[in-house]
Amino acid sequence: MSDPLARRWRPATFLPESDNRDGSLTFVVSTLCFLACLMALTVLATNRAVNTWSDQLTSQATIIVRPRANETPDLAAARAAEALAGVPGVTEAHALERAKVEALVEPWLGDISDLKDLPIPRLVAVDLDNARPAAPSTLAAALKVRGIDGIVDDHSIWTRDIAKSASIIRWVCGGVFLMITASAGAIIAFATRAGLLARREVVEVLHLTGAENLFIARLFQIRFAQLSAIAGALGAVGAAGVGAILRLTAGGGELTHAIPILWSDLLAVAPCPLVAALVAAIAARVTAERMISEIT
Amino acid sequence: MPEADLKILAYLELPQQAVSKRKDRLASWSDICDMHSFFRTAGVGSSPLTRLSANPFATDEVLRFDDVSLSYGRHAEALRRISFHLKPGSFHFITGASGAGKSSLMKLIYMAVKPTTGRIELFGHDVSKVSARDLPFLRRRVGVVFQDFRLLDHLSAFDNAAVPLRISGRKPDSYRSDVAELLTWVGLHDRMNAMPPTLAGGEKQRLAIARAVVGRPEILLADEPTGNLDADMSERILKLFTQLNRLGTTVLIATHDLAMVARSGMPVLHLEAGRLIRRGSGVER
Repeated sequence: MSDPLARRWRPATFLPESDNRDGSLTFVVSTLCFLACLMALTVLATNRAVNTWSDQLTSQATIIVRPRANETPDLAAARAAEALAGVPGVTEAHALERAKVEALVEPWLGDISDLKDLPIPRLVAVDLDNARPAAPSTLAAALKVRGIDGIVDDHSIWTRDIAKSASIIRWVCGGVFLMITASAGAIIAFATRAGLLARREVVEVLHLTGAENLFIARLFQIRFAQLSAIAGALGAVGAAGVGAILRLTAGGGELTHAIPILWSDLLAVAPCPLVAALVAAIAARVTAERMISEIT
Repeated sequence: MPEADLKILAYLELPQQAVSKRKDRLASWSDICDMHSFFRTAGVGSSPLTRLSANPFATDEVLRFDDVSLSYGRHAEALRRISFHLKPGSFHFITGASGAGKSSLMKLIYMAVKPTTGRIELFGHDVSKVSARDLPFLRRRVGVVFQDFRLLDHLSAFDNAAVPLRISGRKPDSYRSDVAELLTWVGLHDRMNAMPPTLAGGEKQRLAIARAVVGRPEILLADEPTGNLDADMSERILKLFTQLNRLGTTVLIATHDLAMVARSGMPVLHLEAGRLIRRGSGVER
């Protein structure tokens, strides 16, 4: 080959490299990816919060001690704490002083410190071994053996409520995530249709020159997958930025108790460009193949 | 410079600059042999296409129309009961007034539309029975010069000419020199990097022709290829087609330029109001 121009030649892309719709499509897809990534971070944070709350509740039990006629409430509570401290699966058991119990019921009864005769039940706080927690029935049996009248509350009613709430939050976030993903797919499909119609002449020439439908569809597939990967990366970086700001500004404050984001959570947005490209590739491929069949 | 080289170049009447350049390029007989073999050897139109190779029982005709009619929707018939067949290596003109059905006939052959009734055989294959999957492979055996060129404006002349080869899946290294040589052959050696909007009408025409023949098709269709060209350029294009035909390509040209048809002395299919009413030698009904 002697022609230097021919030697230098590299095949150009069959589709024009840029389109005036690319900017707005990138913006819309990156916004959707940003929202999807925020959803993913929310799910992670919610899971962590729920797990923390559940752990706290399941690692403790409360005993309501009813004193017998011949003993004081404080004595009954002390006996109960002593009885429970030696039960396997219990790390610590201690009776709460009357002042602490009064503080616990204050939201419902108000200040009752001056009502000394009010029969306030005594409580025993029991810390359970996380690895092998004692069963409520074991605690109740230990009390019965020592002749103590007490009710064991293992907080299961609260744990169930929290687990139920967490499940609802997970489903809602998952649903929103799927809706956002579907919206991104629909938008890309719409953009593919518009792109195909705008490039109808290219499609027709390629088709009549002997290109297979799959070959033409793949051009649009690659094009929109690349564009969506870039948009996905932008959205992911944006969401990671918001997560980082939350983490930095909230620190150990109340916000991080409610939304406990860890630095490692930010890695969850990493697959976003890949997922965006995959969704776009599928949407563009399906749409393009259908459209090409219609056009040609 | 061998005499044969000069004869071909003179015959084509390419621009003098191209001829000079070609003289420099063609150092030996092997070069000109290559030029011949470029069109003689089976290219993307046949050898890689084992799936739709020519029917061995129908090699005496490349195209057959049997009682073919074409209607667009509820409009009147564009073509009515057309029957003819073409032998390999033949050269025909399709003539007729505007609206006579020349372009419709072309569209049927390059399978842009399907006949309403009747049967079309291309290379021995009934086109209505070829699956959508196999249709592209059949199309690669047909080169088309569209009336409006249909060049891709965002691609350079070189890229435009290379489209059929890229579509057929060939590696750029295997056809770079072929495309360059062909563009030189049609006088576009110094316009390879030019974008179609910057090309003159005649240059576009020659680029469209280069694209149509680069895949070495077995049949070449040209729809009004000289419609927008001056007499000199029309003559040059006609000679190019004649040369391609001599190298073995079946050529079918739709035109209303009766003077050019008369000068060529080639057989004619004449259409009037969608009917094939007259045929010249070499056409059988």
